[in-house]
Formats: sequence, C-alpha cells, structure tokens
Amino acid sequence: MLTAFAILTDGLVYAAYLFLVAVGLTLIFGVMKILNVTHGSFYAFGAYGAATAVGIYANADWPDAAGFLLMIALAMAIGLMLGLVLERGILRFAYGRDEVVVVLVTYAVFLMLEDVIALIWGRESYGAYQPMVAAGNIEIGDLVLSNYDIGLVAIAALVAGLGYWALKHTRYGRLLTVVIFDRETAAAFGINVKVVYTVTFVIGAMLGALGGAVMAPKISVTLGIGVEVIVLAFAVVVTGGLGSIEGALIGSLIVGLCRAAAVHLVPQIELFVIYAVMALVLVFRPYGLFTQAQPRKI
Amino acid sequence: MMTPRTLAGALAFAVLAVAAPFAPAWLVSLATVAFANGLVVLGLVILWRAGLVPFGQALFYATGAYTVALIGRYTGVHDVFVTLAAGAAAAGLVAFLTGFLLARYRDIFFAMLSLAMSMILYGVLVKTETLGSTDGFHVESGTFLGFAPAGALHDLAFYWLVLAVCALAALQVAIYFDSVAGMLGAPVRDNEIRVEFLGISVNRLIHLKLVIAGVLAGLGGALAALAVEHVDPSMSYWTTSGGFVFVTILAGAGSVAAAFVGSLVFELVRSIAVDLFPGEWQIALGTALLLTILLLPGGLGSLVGRLPRLKRKTGAA
Amino acid sequence: MSAILSVRDLEKTFGSIIAARDITLDIPPQQVVGVIGANGAGKTTFINMITGHLRPTKGSIQFEDRDITGKPSREITRLGISRSFQVAQIFPSLTVFENMCAAAAIARGTGGMLARALSPLRSPETLAEAEAAIELFRIGAYRDARSATLPHGVRKLLDIAMATVGTPRLLMLDEPTSGISIEEKFDVMDVVMSALKSRGVTVLFVEHDMEIVSRFAERVLAFYDGTVIADGAPAVALADARVQAFISGIRVVPPEAANA
Repeated sequence: MLTAFAILTDGLVYAAYLFLVAVGLTLIFGVMKILNVTHGSFYAFGAYGAATAVGIYANADWPDAAGFLLMIALAMAIGLMLGLVLERGILRFAYGRDEVVVVLVTYAVFLMLEDVIALIWGRESYGAYQPMVAAGNIEIGDLVLSNYDIGLVAIAALVAGLGYWALKHTRYGRLLTVVIFDRETAAAFGINVKVVYTVTFVIGAMLGALGGAVMAPKISVTLGIGVEVIVLAFAVVVTGGLGSIEGALIGSLIVGLCRAAAVHLVPQIELFVIYAVMALVLVFRPYGLFTQAQPRKI
Repeated sequence: MMTPRTLAGALAFAVLAVAAPFAPAWLVSLATVAFANGLVVLGLVILWRAGLVPFGQALFYATGAYTVALIGRYTGVHDVFVTLAAGAAAAGLVAFLTGFLLARYRDIFFAMLSLAMSMILYGVLVKTETLGSTDGFHVESGTFLGFAPAGALHDLAFYWLVLAVCALAALQVAIYFDSVAGMLGAPVRDNEIRVEFLGISVNRLIHLKLVIAGVLAGLGGALAALAVEHVDPSMSYWTTSGGFVFVTILAGAGSVAAAFVGSLVFELVRSIAVDLFPGEWQIALGTALLLTILLLPGGLGSLVGRLPRLKRKTGAA
Repeated sequence: MSAILSVRDLEKTFGSIIAARDITLDIPPQQVVGVIGANGAGKTTFINMITGHLRPTKGSIQFEDRDITGKPSREITRLGISRSFQVAQIFPSLTVFENMCAAAAIARGTGGMLARALSPLRSPETLAEAEAAIELFRIGAYRDARSATLPHGVRKLLDIAMATVGTPRLLMLDEPTSGISIEEKFDVMDVVMSALKSRGVTVLFVEHDMEIVSRFAERVLAFYDGTVIADGAPAVALADARVQAFISGIRVVPPEAANA
C-alpha cells in the first residue's frame, strides 16, 4: 500500500518534471513543425542559470522566496534571450527545408551550446539544493514528501492550466491555434506567421528554461543534463501527440507513473520503460494519443 | 558492370590500401574507424533516398559490436571472419524483426520509434552488470584465420580488412541501387501511394531497406568493436545515432562514395577540431555542420559526383 | 467470361455518411464507359472501391470472374485493373522517362516481391516498355524534363501513361481532362482513347464535360447521391429527365438535331 502511494507521488513529481520540459517542445513542434533538439540546451541553460541564482541569493543571504523568484526570473530571461538569438540568428535560415535538415540544424546548435555552457560555467558540477532544503518536508503517515516536490507539481499544473487558457481564450492563443492547424491558410488570412514563429520559439525556450530551473535543486547540475532530458522529452511528446498540449500532459502522466512503477517494482527496466511505453502507444495510436492522421485526397 | 564509377571506386580503394603502410599510425586508426562508420552511413543513405531517416541505427551498430564482443568473451573465438559474419547476421535478424513494426511508420514517428528501440537496448545494456554496465568491457584483438599479428602489423591488417569489407559493401550497394528496389527510393519518397497503385508493397520494400541498412550498421559496429577493442552501452545511445545522421546529411545521398568520403572527412575534421580547440571543438564541428547544411544542400557528396541519372546510362548502353 | 467487371450491391459508408449504395452493374470487355455525376455523388468512391483503395462495407466486386472485393490496390493492379487520378499522381523529382521506367519496372516481372525488387531496373524490356508508352501518349518531347515542371496536360497524360504500362485489361480514368483547357481536351482524349483502343483495354472514365462524354463513351453511368440513376447509351442516359435535373443542368442536343 505504501509502495502504491509512493509510486503515485513519485510518478506525479516525475510527470510534472516531464511536462514542464515537454510542453515547450510540443508547442514549438505544433506551430513550426520542427522537432527542436536545442530544447535540451534551453533546459540546461535554465538549470545552470538557476544554480547561479541560487549561488547569488544564498551568499547574499536573501529570503528563500525572493531567491526562488530570482531563480525563475533569471532562467526565463536566459531562455528569452537565447530563444530570440537562435531563432532570428540561425533557425530562420533553415525554414522551408526538409524537416530532417531542420532537426539537424537544431542538433548542431545543441552541440555547440554544450560547449558554450562549459565555457561560461566550466566543467564542474553545481549544486543548487538550497530551495529544496528550505522548503522542508511534510509527513503523511509513513510517507515523507518534499514540499518542493509538491510545489513542482503545482507549478506544472499552473503552467498546464495557464497554457490551456491562453490557447483558448487569448487572441494570441487563437492565432497560434490557427497556425498550428494550417500555416498557409493562416498566412492567407493576414496572420504574420514569421512573428508567430519567433514568439512561439521564444515562449518554448522560456518554458524549457523554466523546466531546467525548477529541476535544478533536485539534480546535480552538470554537462550532459540536456542530452539526457531531450530524449525523454521526445518520448513524452511523441506519446502524447506532437503539437498537443493535452497530449504532453497525458503523455507526461503516463510516462511518469510508468517510470515510478518501474523504479519501485522492476528497477531493471527503469531506464527504458519510457521508450517501451512510447513504442506501445505508437503501435495502437500511430500518431500519438491526441493527434489524428491527415488523410490525403487523391 | 565495369562502369567508369566502379573503376574509379576500385582505384580509390586500391590507393587507400597501398598508401596505408606509409601513413602515420594515427591516420590509419582514424581511417579504420571512419570507414567502419561509413558502412552505417551507407545504410542511412539507402533509407534517406526513400525519405526515411531513422534516429536509432545505433541499435544495429551496438548489436553488431556486442555480438563480436560476446562471442570473443564466452566462446574464445576471435577470428574476425567468424565474428563479423555473426555480428552482421545478428544485426540483420534484429532489423528483420523490428522492421515488421518500423516499416509501418513514416517521418517523425519512424525516426522516434527507431530512436526508442535503440534506447531500449541502451537501457538493457546499462542495467546488465555482467556486461560491465556503463563501462562496457574489453574486446580481444581479432585474428585472421589463425593468423594473429601484433602491434602495428595488426592495425594495418585490420585496416585492410575494413577496406575490403567496405569495398565489397560499396559494390553490393551500387548494384542494389541499380535494382528495382534501389531505384524506387525516390518514387517512394515522392509519392508512396502511386507506388502502391503501380503494384508493389511499399511497406515490404521499406522492410527490405531496413534489413540492408541494419546489416550494414551491424557490420560497422562489429568492425568498430574490433578496431577500438572495446564495447560499451554508449554505442546504442541516441547521440551515436545522431552522429551517424549528422554524417549522412553532411555527406549527402548522392552516391555510395559519399558515405565513405563524408565519414572520413567528418572524422578528420573532428580530430583536428579536438586537437586545436579542446574546449570548443563541438562549437567548431557544429559550425561546420551548420555551414554545410545551409550552404551545400546536396551535402559534400554533391561535390564528389552527381546522382546517376537513367538517361546517362541508357545513352551509353 | 461475359462481363469483365461485375459489381453487386456495392455499398460504402463512413460512419453515418453513405458515400455509395446499391451499385449493381456489369461491364463487358472493351466497352468504353463514361461516368458522370456531381461532386460527392460517389464516382471516386466507386473507383476507389474497385481499385482497392477503399474496402466496401457491403457487396462484391468480380473482375474476370474472380472476386477482388477488399483486396489491396497493389494486388488489384497486378490482376489487371489500373487507374489514373483526379490530381495527377506522379514522381515530381524524376524525369518523365524515369517515371515511366519506375512504372514499367514495377509492373513487369513475375515472381515474389523479393525477386522483383532485386532484379535490375534497366532491363531492356523495362526500358523498351517505357519508351513505347511515352511514344503512345505522344509526350516524347518532355522525355527528359523533370516531371515537377510539366505543363498540366502533360502531367495528366503521364499519369495515365503510367497506369497503362502494366497492360491492364481495365483502366479507370478519374477526370482525365480536368484542368486542361477546352481547346486541348479533345486532343488529349483522342490520344488517350486511340492508345487504349489499340490495346483492347476496357475503359471507364469520369468526366464533367458532357461533350466529351457524348463523343467518347459507348455507355454512360450517371451517379447521384451515391448510386447509379441512369445507365445506357449516351443519347439515352443524358436525355434522362433525372440526369438532366441533377447533373447536366443543360439540355443535351443530339448531334443530328443540332444541324437540323
């Protein structure tokens, strides 16, 4: 019984983490039809930025809440700048090319940014545990839950809710929906697709950085975290359906719970259960859970 | 069959073989690995021509490599011809079995499913203590039909073996490109439904291509394992697959030669970059890739030779 | 065999949408049949079912006394039924000649898929067949042009030509002249029909131009709301009151009466 509860809580926390990373990726894919490998870099930059922020406020002895806000703000600022520079400076030259070529462009940038991170922050690991420690734990019966983890789930839920609301009820959100549906028609209606692309990419970058920032206190911030995270994000996004935010949510939950179950019950499959789940979903829903096939008229 | 291209290819391989004893050892080592990897790229070219880019060829690469390693470790057989054949066969079997599922997908889903399969193998390998977990384990030097050279002679002999395997593979694939299945790459990419309506199963065609690419990748992995005398789970990791796709796009799908030339150029550039910019070599390499992608859409191979057009061949016939 | 194609009680539904229903007919060998009807009347659905692109929900299809209901398109093609498409389905990155060779190579060759797949493409028979088809449809001037650059009429001819290389006994043409200018429509149909007649092919073509239908069809099938409402010689079918009401919208004047 305790195990079941542990699986549930671990699963939810892991799902929250996956969702925060995947939502930006699926948004970028939905609007721009690009599988953005650089998303891993956004995550990494977010994490490193958070580590720096934690360093700053810990040494300056600020209150924890302010420190946490600094963490988020710094990460998202980095995400914004990075996203803007990359989209305007490199990515836009690849638009219209074969979709594999575009993925390769983002992969090349991803590799380059790994070195940039090393140049800025060096090759040692960073710890940013302070927020996690400061938040403390609560005890429910025999189970000890970290308040930080609970906060993580809350943040993920908030982003999901906000994202959903923004897509359905703001003007920009509806514009985005149109572009996701059919770019050419959107352009024909006078929507400035170029601007939409830039804004979307930047939002996606900021979300990716946010994911990295909130995860920083839980992990060892080191080179290579982007490499690990990006494949997980791919798996979640493909499982849920590319371009679908509900898909990212459900996909994260499924993958998160499955992985938690594996960790507690069958540790040998822990590393690959995510990919097995994805493969299984694709067998029954070839386009992911929430996307439909696009039939072609002949 | 002795076309000018085949002749040129044979000449190139001959030159590469003869030049080796006079080249520095590091270059021979580098070329050995580059050509082994070139086999994987060749398989990718076959699939790319049909409009498919798998992001998990590392699955077959690792299968080939680990087969060689396991045979060496548990049966004491180190003969390269035996282990290579086994590695290729194992990879081919895996490709055949996974192909039943994979051949039904296209585009991103094909790429991701392929990726998932390679990551599943990675997960299994990392969690297997007896296989050394993330450290992997050592592979004994290969022997050549009882002949067991040592040191520099061994490296040279192995290099010649790799060249021979590559030359054979190149010839076979060139013949394949002249076959119906080989030539149907572009039609499948352009208009799969029409191909189906003309009377042939596209899924089965793709299944065939997957098996060929799998065998080539397995061969490449087996050779790589023998070349560096080590195997570890990273051979199945997504960045390994990504590296192969990287080289394929760099090289272009224009010709069989492109796969090997592209692979060699890539290894050379990477080597030089690591040497000159130890802390920034990925920036250098990434920049090189970006420039190639953005400025040279046909890849480096487009500089080497053009895609053979039927009209030229029928003109000569 | 009496009829080359026999269809009984054919029906196709998509959920609650009935795309085709109660279709029963026989087509004798070498007949030229014109199929008319408004968009959405079920003509393409009918062709899609015969050629295996859609599986009928009810009914049966017999070709040369053999049941082909529900078989996949690639099998049906190899059995002798081919089709051309409303939107020309060609291989844009290849030249006209390469398009034809691909079609010829796939169509020719016996044996299992593996044997066919690994046989050389440039076999003399394949090349000859491709050249012959290009000749027959008079698109030789475009032989080495990339098919993405072809003018519309030539694309359609290529599309039809590719469907003929497998020497089909029944050929279904889906709007062969759509998008072609009025002056050229008759020329295109002349080329196509004489080519097909010379090979003794049974032809079924969908058309919206009633003049073309009157000129080339020996028999007319009029579709409306998913089923056939008129079936007979052009003069008869086109003069049918319901056909005129639902499909033509114009009165068809028999050629003799026009000169009177």
